[in-house]
Amino acid sequence: MIGSAVAGLARLIAGGSVQWAERPTAAPRVYFANHTSHLDFVLLWSYLPPELRARTRPVAARDYWDSSRLRRYFAGEVFRALLIDRGGPDARESVDRMAECLSTGDSLILFPEGTRGTGEEVAPFKTGLFHLCRAAPAAELVPVAIENLNRILPKGEFLPVPMVSRVVFGPTLRLYDGEPKDEFLARARGALETLRETE
Amino acid sequence: MDRELLWLIGGVVAVLLVSTVVGQVLKRRARTDASRETVANLNARITAWWAMVAVFAVASLTGGIGSIVLFALLSFLALREFVTLSPTARADHRALTWSFFVVIPVQYLLVGIEWYGLFSILIPVYVFLLLAARLVLAGDTDRFLERVATIQWGLMACVYCVSYAPALLLLDVEGYDSGTGKLLLFLVIVVQASDVLQYSWGKLFGHRPIAPGVSPNKTWEGFLGGVACATLLGAALWWVTPFSPPAAAGLALLIALAGFAGGLVMSAIKRDRGVKDFGTLLPGHGGVLDRIDSLLFAAPLFFHLTRFIY
Repeated sequence: MIGSAVAGLARLIAGGSVQWAERPTAAPRVYFANHTSHLDFVLLWSYLPPELRARTRPVAARDYWDSSRLRRYFAGEVFRALLIDRGGPDARESVDRMAECLSTGDSLILFPEGTRGTGEEVAPFKTGLFHLCRAAPAAELVPVAIENLNRILPKGEFLPVPMVSRVVFGPTLRLYDGEPKDEFLARARGALETLRETE
Repeated sequence: MDRELLWLIGGVVAVLLVSTVVGQVLKRRARTDASRETVANLNARITAWWAMVAVFAVASLTGGIGSIVLFALLSFLALREFVTLSPTARADHRALTWSFFVVIPVQYLLVGIEWYGLFSILIPVYVFLLLAARLVLAGDTDRFLERVATIQWGLMACVYCVSYAPALLLLDVEGYDSGTGKLLLFLVIVVQASDVLQYSWGKLFGHRPIAPGVSPNKTWEGFLGGVACATLLGAALWWVTPFSPPAAAGLALLIALAGFAGGLVMSAIKRDRGVKDFGTLLPGHGGVLDRIDSLLFAAPLFFHLTRFIY
């Protein structure tokens, strides 16, 4: 109920055109997107069909989402976020927890750049996505390009400026057997950049 | 429940029913790819019209509050589309947040509490000045005047002008109950019918473009035929207004002319930005701003003419 209200509000403020290269399915998936705004995952999540939305968990930074009661409430009760420690020594443990999530049939939303950018370029990916694919080889990867959110709610602002956005869900991809880390990460990032340029 | 209001809404529904039937017949008859595409767009428009009429009818039948909320929401969506296409800077963020979350609610609140004096000057005077002051505090002087002017223009067009539509419910006309929303419906019907009629006349007979640099689809034939028909329609609807039939015709003519000017100006903005539509919210039509562009200039004009003369 609150979830639907939040999804509706996200679309009223930041919604726009949405394109799907393939039909959304319930298979455990990892949606990975470019990251410029706190609204990124909310909007992506709001576009999922409600039954998939309930089983899709954003991967978010503990230092931000665990820092106040309101944030804790939204992260825990509304989005069921999987909170991880950024840059800590327990990167291995975070990947294991994500893989475990996928094995129970949930999907994940991930921002492999690791932090919010200015919206012009997609930063090089952190290695987490690669390790996750190794730990959970069955998961499907879905690149998602999100445009204009850097103008709607840029870094450092609390309130959004309502604007029309564009979200493109791309074709699924997977880690090939034995594919080297750097090649895979470049390929995944390339898929996202191609998506951003599609009309 | 006002009987004339029900007749008006019933009439619109009847026209839509006929259009839907015609659209389906044309769909069967379309043979070439080009005509199929035109008919598909026509049918998408008709479907969206059903939704728009449903929303508008519910708003009208719930009285003043419904209309105020509906037009406030339209202002919100229109300004959102306008800002999306404007080359705003990072430093404009707070001023824009104010525009959406303070200026829009306050402007419509003033309609609700019928404070006409402040309603008519809030945006053109106070917000005009405050915006410039707020923007200068953000410290970025690059393209300063251009950025302030763009936001000011967006607020004038999308909020100030649009808010004159529900303000019609407040007009004090002797011997006439404006609170029923019939004047608003008269305005909206004439404006939108004028659009549809200009489009239809243009499609059927148009070949001399009026403003080829702005909009190749707007032709002299479409303009003259559409405006003439909208004028006749306005005269035929005199019974829902406080006007005599000739006065209703005259006002409908002015509404149609202002509607044309509004549509052309918004087209010029789109052309400058290199887009065809302001948005995608209404299938076949484009964005909210594409649908209400002709209302922008017509609403304040109609409001003031009615206020001064009656």
